[in-house]
Amino acid sequence: MQKQRIVVIGNGMVGHRFLEELVAKAGSDQYEITVFCEESKVAYDRVHLSSYFSHHTVEELSLVKPGFYEKNNIQLLLGEAASIINPEEKIVSSKTGRMVAYDKLVFATGSFSFVPPIKGYEGTDTFVYRTIDDLDAIEKCARNSKSGVVIGGGLLGLEAAGALKALGVETHVIERAPMLMAEQLDQQGGNMLTRKIESLGVKVHSGKNTLEITDGEQARKRLVFDNDETLEVDFIVFSTGIRPRDRLARLSGLEIGERGGIVINDQCLTSNPDVFAIGECALWNNQVFGLVAPGYKMAKITAERIVTGDSAEFTGSDMSAKLKLLGVDVGGIGDAHGRTKGAQSYVYQNEPEQVYKKLVVSEDGKRLLGAVLVGDTSDFDNLLQLKLNNIDLPESPEGLILPNTGGDSSVGVGVDALPDTATICSCFDISKQQIAEAVQAGHTDMAAIKAETGAGTGCGGCVQLVGQVLNAELLALGVEVKNNLCDHFEYSRQELFHIIQVEKIRTFDELLAKHGSGHGCEVCKPVVGSILSSCWNEYILEESHAKLHDTNDVFLGNMQKDGTYSVIPRMPGGEVTPEGLMAVAKVARDYSLYTKVTGAQRIGLFGAHKSDLPEIWRQLIEAGFETGQAYAKALRMAKTCVGSTWCRYGVADSVGLGVELEHRYKGFRTPHKMKFGVSGCTRECAEAQGKDIGIIATDKGWNLYVSGNGGMRPRHGDLLASDLDKEALVRTIDRFLMFYIRTADKLQRTSVWMESLEGGVDYVREVVMNDSLGLCKSMDKEMQSLVDSYQCEWKTTLDREAQLKRFNHFINSDQQDENVQFVAARDQHRPATSVERIAMTPVEA
Amino acid sequence: MKWTTICDLTDIFPGTGVCALHKGEHVALFRPLADETVYAVSNIDPFADASVMSRGITGEKNGAFYVASPLLKQRYLLASGECMDDENAALKTYKVRVHDQKIQLA
Repeated sequence: MQKQRIVVIGNGMVGHRFLEELVAKAGSDQYEITVFCEESKVAYDRVHLSSYFSHHTVEELSLVKPGFYEKNNIQLLLGEAASIINPEEKIVSSKTGRMVAYDKLVFATGSFSFVPPIKGYEGTDTFVYRTIDDLDAIEKCARNSKSGVVIGGGLLGLEAAGALKALGVETHVIERAPMLMAEQLDQQGGNMLTRKIESLGVKVHSGKNTLEITDGEQARKRLVFDNDETLEVDFIVFSTGIRPRDRLARLSGLEIGERGGIVINDQCLTSNPDVFAIGECALWNNQVFGLVAPGYKMAKITAERIVTGDSAEFTGSDMSAKLKLLGVDVGGIGDAHGRTKGAQSYVYQNEPEQVYKKLVVSEDGKRLLGAVLVGDTSDFDNLLQLKLNNIDLPESPEGLILPNTGGDSSVGVGVDALPDTATICSCFDISKQQIAEAVQAGHTDMAAIKAETGAGTGCGGCVQLVGQVLNAELLALGVEVKNNLCDHFEYSRQELFHIIQVEKIRTFDELLAKHGSGHGCEVCKPVVGSILSSCWNEYILEESHAKLHDTNDVFLGNMQKDGTYSVIPRMPGGEVTPEGLMAVAKVARDYSLYTKVTGAQRIGLFGAHKSDLPEIWRQLIEAGFETGQAYAKALRMAKTCVGSTWCRYGVADSVGLGVELEHRYKGFRTPHKMKFGVSGCTRECAEAQGKDIGIIATDKGWNLYVSGNGGMRPRHGDLLASDLDKEALVRTIDRFLMFYIRTADKLQRTSVWMESLEGGVDYVREVVMNDSLGLCKSMDKEMQSLVDSYQCEWKTTLDREAQLKRFNHFINSDQQDENVQFVAARDQHRPATSVERIAMTPVEA
Repeated sequence: MKWTTICDLTDIFPGTGVCALHKGEHVALFRPLADETVYAVSNIDPFADASVMSRGITGEKNGAFYVASPLLKQRYLLASGECMDDENAALKTYKVRVHDQKIQLA
């Protein structure tokens, strides 16, 4: 049977979501899918567009999982716009003359920015705010400008204003309505928002209608308003609404709404039964939805209908929104203006703290109709659920927005009150029941829930609520929500860290006697060993500590499958001298070690007998090496590119910095291993953004990325701070690492840790840069103490006679382990398998 | 029964193990606590076929001591050699005692 042919026009957020839904439901082998994408970039996140100015990578914004199109055999035609559709023959043609036949066609052409026909709007230095190309153009212009204005004070306009401010120009916002965000807020809320934004240095001009744009005298442009006032700025960004991109649909004879938009029914079908339209190009019930969540809903419905022939129906969408604009928390729910007949409202206003909250309730006071939140959106999730699920309001609804002044005044909904159908994650349309089912299926932590359901991975606004559902479900299942380390300690790693630090506990036995029970196990021992090292940084093989560690730490090498160990000396920043190489080569040859350059820019020697380790290391240390901690949950290395010293593109000395950082942070134990990366320019040859700590040189200093990861679950690092000088950089890393050491769970990499923190990198930034928890002073001191107490563990081990005895294979014989045998492989050797091994019996001396 | 002295009790740090050569076999000796309690099981990890068991971390569950393989972490009861994670696997056990502060195998 011929595969069904599906053509999608448009590769924006909604178009891409449709493809994901489709292949998730049916698998890609059932369909022949072709996608026309006018832009030269694959689907990217337009909701977080302004973040582009802080990281400048298209990849960061991309929504496409690597290999998605290839793996699913989807033909993606980048930079190729569809130009003609023949609905009778069911063929789409593009500008290049390509013709693609379809069985089902999906319009996801999105919208364009509407620019009002103000006289003079067409000149130079005017922009819209919609695509990455727009952003590039705005940034280029901003470099030669002192001031800029955004016309339009809606959601997107304020987002654009934030971008302008970030670009360092004097920023103005013009709004025709008497207030900002007229769609979501009421007048008072708008006023509060205006005050907050103005205190951040953005000038707001509301209630002003721009009549004309002419050449300026002090700046390049002059805006003339209806009250004859003027404003001079160097450039203008229009954010005055969107219009559906329906031209092609119109040409194809599909029904179009009076004011634009491809008309669709509840199944997202257009006037042609084989053509769907989804997202901002679609007009449902005479409405165009300019938010992503309804578009995602349409994508889901359409995919379902194509796969199964049946689907849920689109029933409209809630236009509620919660976001951070210019650093100000803003939320609007439902009928913010109280336009419903008989609606009544409650208002809470706190001028000193610049918080405004309003509830709009039904005539009988039983239902929540809408809400406005400015300056504090912590009640948003709660209120939204009350509204979406038509939950009865408490007797005094004002309690929902009044600050909790102690006592038992909390009237929150609590997740238990939510019906199973309640939508928890609106980006992915995940209900409470779906999360509960995932928990029941064994996904019992936040990371697993995210991976399984997708909930919380869109805008992230629902993460807290997802966590509550998760915990409630675990409780319901009788799983006690505890994070105990093991049977021997009724504490989590964080709690144990705190106990050890505060009570100055120095040994496992002391901790067990005071706070544990039994004799410990392979779970708690290494964790406590690691914490003790993080706190006091003693030689890890002191007699009282030796029993705590995995064999890798005990013999200071990584155990291989045959019981031999690897030998990896530190080569800071990947630097090694010819003499060093010769010393490494000599021990490798003398002890028949398999030799390989590792993934960490250093040389690994494999297959060393345990009993040979001390002598191998004695020679390496004599040649100037020290241990590389390749066996430890600690800093492994700092990967560097060549940097400005040699590279013609480099803007700073990345190797020098990498070497310095590697020396600063080596040795002490952390909750899991850590890798650093330092790149000397934005080409990022050191792949720093995939490291726990990633540093990239800029022409003004260093950008610091944190919590990146490669490996099994790659994660792009989060930008913690930009353009730091070296002192600030080191101070920030010090604190970031200490905060990680103090608060991570057992064996938690920085990436997973970051995802577990509510508020993510913004929260961490507050803690380590603005000292929001008042911890910085003690964290600085703790880190300095770790740095000062470094010792090379191999050197200490060699200096202690009692330690050396442990390295013999037998306690009662000098013979080596006869089971360690090798066979030749690619000019070197590998461990023999049990079958290849020659049976030998050691004879007692 | 003839007992062979292997090493001093103090040759084993409390909470750790060592490997002994006894009658041509690799025997893991464990001293889980600081007292004279000693266990002897085969040093060969049955899954990896490597002589490594003495290098595992010892643990305690409901009063019984076990060792976790340093390679793939399967746990074995020290008294019986039983694998706690796979009923088809086990470690051979040996008769062991402490006599005059010396560890002896039969």
